[in-house]
Amino acid sequence: MIETINFKLNDKPTRLNVDGERMLLWALRSELSLTGTKFGCGEGFCGSCTVLVNKEAVRSCQFPVKDVKGKDVITIEGLAKNGNLHPLQKAFIKHDALQCGFCTPGMILNAYSVLLKNPQPSHKDILQNMDENLCRCGAHTRIVQAIKTAAKEMIGGEKR
Amino acid sequence: MKKDDYMDLDFSDIEAHFPLDRREFIKLFGGGIIILVSLRDAEALPQQSRRRLRPELPEDFNAFLRIGEDGRVRCFTGKVELGQGIITSLAQMLADELEVSLNSVDMVMGDTDLCPWDMGTFGSMTTRFFGPPLREAAAKARAVLMELATEYLQVSLNKLKAKDGVIFDKTQPKNQVTYAQLTKGKKIVKKLEGKVSLKAASEFTIVGKPVSRTDAQEKVTGKAMFSGDIRLPGMLYARILIPPAHGAKIKSMDTSAAEKIKGVRVIKDGDLIAVLHKHPEEAGKALAKVKAKYDLPEAKVDDKTIFDHLLKVAPEGEAVVQGGNLQTGEKLSAHIVEETYLNSYVAHATTETHTALVKIEGNKATVWASTQTPFRAKDEVAQVLGFPSKNVRVIPPFVGGGFGGKSNNKQVVQAARLAKLAGKPVQVAWSRAEEFFHDTFRPAAVVKIKSGVKDSGKIFLWDYKVYFAGERGSQQFYDIPHHQTVSTGGGWRGTPGSHPFGTGAWRAPANNTNTFARESQIDIMASKAGIDPLEFRLKNLKDKRMLGVLTAAAKKFGWTKSKATNGRGYGISLGIDTGTYVALMAEVEVDKKGAVQVKHVVCAQDMGLSINPEGAKMQVEGCITMGLGYALTEEIHFKGGEIFDLNFDTYEIPRFSWLPKIETVLIDAKDSPPQGGGEPAIICMGAVVANAIYDATGARLFQLPMTPERIKEAMNPK
Repeated sequence: MIETINFKLNDKPTRLNVDGERMLLWALRSELSLTGTKFGCGEGFCGSCTVLVNKEAVRSCQFPVKDVKGKDVITIEGLAKNGNLHPLQKAFIKHDALQCGFCTPGMILNAYSVLLKNPQPSHKDILQNMDENLCRCGAHTRIVQAIKTAAKEMIGGEKR
Repeated sequence: MKKDDYMDLDFSDIEAHFPLDRREFIKLFGGGIIILVSLRDAEALPQQSRRRLRPELPEDFNAFLRIGEDGRVRCFTGKVELGQGIITSLAQMLADELEVSLNSVDMVMGDTDLCPWDMGTFGSMTTRFFGPPLREAAAKARAVLMELATEYLQVSLNKLKAKDGVIFDKTQPKNQVTYAQLTKGKKIVKKLEGKVSLKAASEFTIVGKPVSRTDAQEKVTGKAMFSGDIRLPGMLYARILIPPAHGAKIKSMDTSAAEKIKGVRVIKDGDLIAVLHKHPEEAGKALAKVKAKYDLPEAKVDDKTIFDHLLKVAPEGEAVVQGGNLQTGEKLSAHIVEETYLNSYVAHATTETHTALVKIEGNKATVWASTQTPFRAKDEVAQVLGFPSKNVRVIPPFVGGGFGGKSNNKQVVQAARLAKLAGKPVQVAWSRAEEFFHDTFRPAAVVKIKSGVKDSGKIFLWDYKVYFAGERGSQQFYDIPHHQTVSTGGGWRGTPGSHPFGTGAWRAPANNTNTFARESQIDIMASKAGIDPLEFRLKNLKDKRMLGVLTAAAKKFGWTKSKATNGRGYGISLGIDTGTYVALMAEVEVDKKGAVQVKHVVCAQDMGLSINPEGAKMQVEGCITMGLGYALTEEIHFKGGEIFDLNFDTYEIPRFSWLPKIETVLIDAKDSPPQGGGEPAIICMGAVVANAIYDATGARLFQLPMTPERIKEAMNPK
C-alpha cells in the first residue's frame, strides 16, 4: 500500500510516497539515491546496510520503511557536518581502517551507535559490539584502533 | 624468476586485444606530455612470462601517464582497485620518479576506453610487473620536462633539479619553472624506449614511506561508487533464477504468479530465467513466485566423500621438481612419516556480490561492473551481444573485494543478455545466495607426503604429491638431498568430472593447501626427532631470506622452547608466494570443546622493496584475519551440485571477536625488487594454527578447516 512517510533524514525533513512494507535499504538506495548504504547479504547477517534510526543501529535491509515515520534516520552521507568529517570518519582515515571500503559505511554507523551508548568502551566492549558487522578484507585490527581514537576525540561532545 | 613465480598465474582464456588506434587514442586527451608504456619491452617482466605473454600482449602500449596543462598528472592503468591499495602505491611510484607531490596524481583505473589493455588484476602482479615500467615512464617524463626547462630557463641540464613539480637552478633557486608552465600549449608524445635510469632506493622521497590510503576520504563518506551504486534513467533491476543444484535441468516452469506483480517483466532466454522490475526488492518478490521443476542429476559426491573421489579420478601427474634418489633418502632416514592432508572447498564471499549494469545504445554497450578482468569482460560482452569489441566499454568503479572470485564475469554476461532483451539498462546484482551458488570455490584438495628424518634432525627424504590444488607453493625450500614434488589434477580449475561445480583461484591459490601440508609435516618430523620446531627448521634451512624471516619472527614473538601451559600452544609456519618470503608464529588457546582462540600472530615478511610499508602491513593483517576463516570455519557443505551454505549464517567468516593481536615485521630490503604483497601471508594460516593446536593439546589436525568437532575428535581419538 502506498503511503506517505514523513521522517528526518540526515537532519532534513523528508517525505516519501512509497509502499511502507518496502525495506529502508532500498528506499534509501533507489528512491533517494543515497547509495552509501550497501547491500551485503539481504538477511541481516553482515551489517553492510547499517543505519541509525533514533540513534539505534538497525539493519536497513530488514527494516520496513513505514517504521521510520516521525523518526530520525542517519546514513553515512549525513555524518559529516558543515563539511567537517565526524571523528569516526577522521579516525578511519587516520588508521587506514578500510580496504575495499564496501563494509565501511555500516562499520562506521555501527561504531557510532556503540559510542553513543558507551562513550568509553573497553577493547572487549568494542569487539563484542562490532561482532555482527562483517569485513572480508580483514581491516578489523585497524577498525578497533579507529574506534578507540574516535572515542577519545568525542569525549565531552562531538567536536567537529 | 623461478618457475613457480610465474606458473599458475591466471593467464588462460585471454584473447589478444588491441586498444584503440594510438592516434585516435591520443586525440582524446588534448595537450600535455604523454608517455606511453609498453609492458612487452619492460625489463621487469621475467623472461618466461614474456615468452608466455608474447602472443597476447598488444604491440602497442599498456599504460601511459599524462602531465596536463594544469600540472596534474593522470595515470591510466588497466589495473583495478579491489581494496589491495594499488590506487595509492602506484601513485607513489609515479610521483617519486616524476618529482611531483602524491596528491597531484590522479589514477584512472580499468576503464577499457581510457586505459590500455591489461590482462587482469590478480596474482600479486601489479607492483612486480606493472610498477617498474610505470616508474620508467615517470622518469622519462621527468627527462622530457628537464629538457624543456633548459630552454625555458636557459640553464644547462646539470645545474637543474626537479622537486614537487617545479624545476629550478640549483645555484639560483629563484630561477624556476613549474611543470604546468612547461606543459602549456605543448603536445609531446613519447614512447618509453631504451633504458631510463631510475632512482636508487636511497633517493626515494615517497616510495618506501608509509602513506595513508588515497581513497579513504571517499570510502568513509559514502561517496565512493561501486557498480551497484550507478543509477541510469529507466534502468531495471534483475533477479535471476538459480537451479536447486549445479547440473539440474529445468523440466517445467510457471511464471504466471510472478507476472501478476505490477511492473514485472519475466525474461526466459535459454538457461537464463530472470525477473525484472524498477525496484530491486519487487524483482526479488516476483522471483520467489516463479515455480520451476527440475531434473536433478544423481548426487555422486558430498563434502565427506569428495576426497576419495578426487584421489580416484586424479590423472597421473607431473613432477614439478626432483633431486637425489628417493630410495636412498628412505634408507638414510630413522623415522618415516607418511600423512595425508585434506582441505575443503571455500568461498570468496566478498562483501560486495558480483554486480553489473549494462546500457545498450544502438550497437554500443557500456558496462559498469565489479570485475578483476575488465578487458576480458569487454570481450565477453561483445561476443554475447554480437558487437565488435571496440563498441563495448567496461568501467569498473571501486570493487568491493575480489580475491580471485571476480576474475569470473558471469554476472556481466547475464546483464548484457538481459539489457538487450529488455531494451533498457539492466542491473544484475547477485543476492548472497546467488553469490554462493555461482562462486568459483577454492578447490577441495588432497596432499600426500612421505618424508624421512634422522635422529640428528636432518631431513633426508621428501616425497610430495598434491592433488587438485595446483602447484603454486608446492616446492619445498628446505635443504633435503632426496626429494620429489608431483602435482596432479589440472590446477585449481580441476579436470573434467573432478569437481561438482566451478572452482577457481582463491587468494594465493594452491599455496594455502600446499603450505598447510608441508609445514604440518615438518612439525610432525620435528616432534619425531624430539627437536623444538624452530630449532628443527633452522637446522634444515640454508636459504638466507627464509632464515632471515624466521629469525626475525622468532625474535618479535619471543619464541621459547618451553611448552605453553593451560591449553595454550605455539606454532610456526613458513612459506614463499609471489616472490615474497613469510614466517608466521602464533599462540592459540584451545578449550575442552575444541574451540580455538588465536591470541597472537607475528608475521615477518621479506617482500623486497615495500612501496608503501603501511599498505603492506594492512595486507598482512588482512591475510592473517581472512586466513583465520579457512583455518577454523570456512567450508562449503554440499551434496552433488547442491550447495547448502548460501549466506553468512552457516558460512562463517572471521569476526571481531576472533581477532588476535597481530604484529608485522617487514624486512628491510629496499634494494631488492618489490615482490607480491596481497597474498603471501595468508598461505601460512592453516599450518601455523594447526601446529599451535598440536602444541596446546597434542592433537594433530589433518583437515582444514579445523572445526571444534574435528579438534575434539583429534583430542579424543576413538
